[in-house]
Amino acid sequence: MKTNLRTDDLTCPSCIKKIESGVGKTKGVSDVSVKFNLNKVTVEHDDTVKADDLKSMVEKLGYPVKSVNTFA
Amino acid sequence: MALWFNKHLNTLMYTSGALLVIGLVFLVLGYSVVRDITFILATLVAIGPILQRAWSALTVKSFSIELLITIAVIGALIIQEYTEAGIVTFLFLFGAYLEKRTLAKTRSSIQSLLDMAPNVAKVMRDGEIVEVDIDEVEVGETVVVQPGGKIPVDGKIVKGKAQINESAISGESILQNKTLEDEVFSGSVIDTGYIELEATKVGEDTTFSKIIELVEEASERKSGTEKFLNRFAQYYTPAIVVLAILVGFITQNVHLAITFLVIACPGALIIGAPVAYVAGIGNSAKKGVLVKGGDTVDRFAKIDTVIFDKTGTLTEGRPSVTNISVYNDMTEDEMLALSASLEQVSEHHLGRTIVKEAEDRKLKGKYSEVTDAEAIKARGVSGIIDDDHYYIGNKKLIDEQHIAIPEEIINDYISEQKEGQTAMFVVKNDEVIGLISIMDRIKEDALEAVRTLREHGAKKLVMLTGDNRYAAEKVADILGLDEFHAELLPDEKMAYIENEQNQKRKVMMVGDGINDAPALALSDVGVAIGHGGTDIAMETADVVLMSEKLKKLAIGYTMSKSTFNIMMQNTGIALITVVLLLLGVVYGYIHLASGMLIHQASVLAVIVNAMRLMPMNRKENEEVSAKEAAA
Repeated sequence: MKTNLRTDDLTCPSCIKKIESGVGKTKGVSDVSVKFNLNKVTVEHDDTVKADDLKSMVEKLGYPVKSVNTFA
Repeated sequence: MALWFNKHLNTLMYTSGALLVIGLVFLVLGYSVVRDITFILATLVAIGPILQRAWSALTVKSFSIELLITIAVIGALIIQEYTEAGIVTFLFLFGAYLEKRTLAKTRSSIQSLLDMAPNVAKVMRDGEIVEVDIDEVEVGETVVVQPGGKIPVDGKIVKGKAQINESAISGESILQNKTLEDEVFSGSVIDTGYIELEATKVGEDTTFSKIIELVEEASERKSGTEKFLNRFAQYYTPAIVVLAILVGFITQNVHLAITFLVIACPGALIIGAPVAYVAGIGNSAKKGVLVKGGDTVDRFAKIDTVIFDKTGTLTEGRPSVTNISVYNDMTEDEMLALSASLEQVSEHHLGRTIVKEAEDRKLKGKYSEVTDAEAIKARGVSGIIDDDHYYIGNKKLIDEQHIAIPEEIINDYISEQKEGQTAMFVVKNDEVIGLISIMDRIKEDALEAVRTLREHGAKKLVMLTGDNRYAAEKVADILGLDEFHAELLPDEKMAYIENEQNQKRKVMMVGDGINDAPALALSDVGVAIGHGGTDIAMETADVVLMSEKLKKLAIGYTMSKSTFNIMMQNTGIALITVVLLLLGVVYGYIHLASGMLIHQASVLAVIVNAMRLMPMNRKENEEVSAKEAAA
């Protein structure tokens, strides 16, 4: 499964690492990529991970999420 | 907690700013105790979100600039530099606020392109129109699009007609009239009319989805300069932090040590290049020019030699039959029907033209039965009809088959060719019986595009074509190209490109992306024209022009040049800032607050500089409206 999260404008490239390592440690997540210029976080995960959990995780790291889309 | 800070970020920033102003007033009035208190309050108000981010980064074991700032501010409070602490925290928040606002501008082109993506589709199911999510539409389903509606998938019109705005794909807002059998693309908008279409490509396979995917990839692909700067920053920050610690221990000068912390993160250096690329690439994409990343921008900007394919690139690629000469007792239509029968095996555009002309003249019923039909690459076709052996092809084919051409026919051939026609021989049992002339018009905007390329630094413009010499010469003459080479085979084009590259030229190859795929891959920048051959073109080419207009090439070239220049300027600004800050701190001219001010100013400077890449279309729009007003 793949979930795309659109965040508020990302301003510092250092947040890439922060989000990638923060979300990446979650059980069931296989890949995280942060598209800095697009304000987009793409997460590959299995079905044990809920999109809402990903959202709150990214928000807890300090980046408000505007929209969430999950694809099978 | 994080959300609370985000929500109230601006309030905190304004409060902190107001407190600073109050503090300054008291400073002037001489109440230093009140001043200290307001400055401490300002610091405390603004440090919250910074501290929170520093902490959240620490929880995932990563260092952040926020952590350095937090340490510096705490240090400043301890050594009672309240003014500096207040200003540093406020400036940090204020800078971030401005950064966010301005960064959003540089990304607006890409964002608006992404926003063009359709979300829902109206699909005919069991005789009823139902609205479904875009991902649920399946190939073969009938999709209904009403006036003002967005076409959700790629498809073919099965009912109705409409005026369609395809700017999401081609970057041009000219309305296209489309009707039965016509292809339509996801992301386009129906201006007037109503259509029902059969979905041919859905979901991630649509042309628009591919564009989005490509642009997304492009916006994240790092150029060489970017990679270098990132590496530099990776070492610079820890080095400065170590320096700060050493300075603190050796000199016992806490003030100096924490000043180093404030300047440790070279913000402008990290953001200067990507912000330029994203603005440039986004703006180009919106105009229908897909540039595949920062590294391509760099190479594109340095191009000095441009090699064009002829057919479909410099010319419209929609040739038409202009003349048929018959040298036996057949009628013109009989000759055409015979040729079309043979050419049915041909994938070549000239062969297709003959077939199309025959169909237009309603000769399809008069085709002969052909056996052993065969296409001969870059030459023509052959086949057998009623035991007679036929060839249709160019002079190369005739010469290779050692077929004698009577002088009368040779003269006709030469005069046709000199007019820029492509003439093909029809041969029956080694005897020339006909000559079919085909003409392909030069694109309207080709001359202007060639001129723009030259103005912006392209030194050598060359045309390479498999077509005949005369047709090529005519095109090269009209466009004023520096060189042309005709009657080339695909591998000869490759050899030409290699030769140019060996002479240290930076070569751009422009072609339709289908026949030219290897040449596009070999050149420094491969440009594919038109989204007709989307899949192959998008994979091999470095730059894809989303319409057949040649002016897109000029737009892409000038845009890449300005993007590259701004990227270099930004890198310059950032490097100078780093040096100035370092020297300033070491020699004691720069302290906490001024260090932060210069740092934030440099970050803003590079973003604002990149914003210059955005409004290029303002002038263009004005020109268009001026033209419209005149008309």
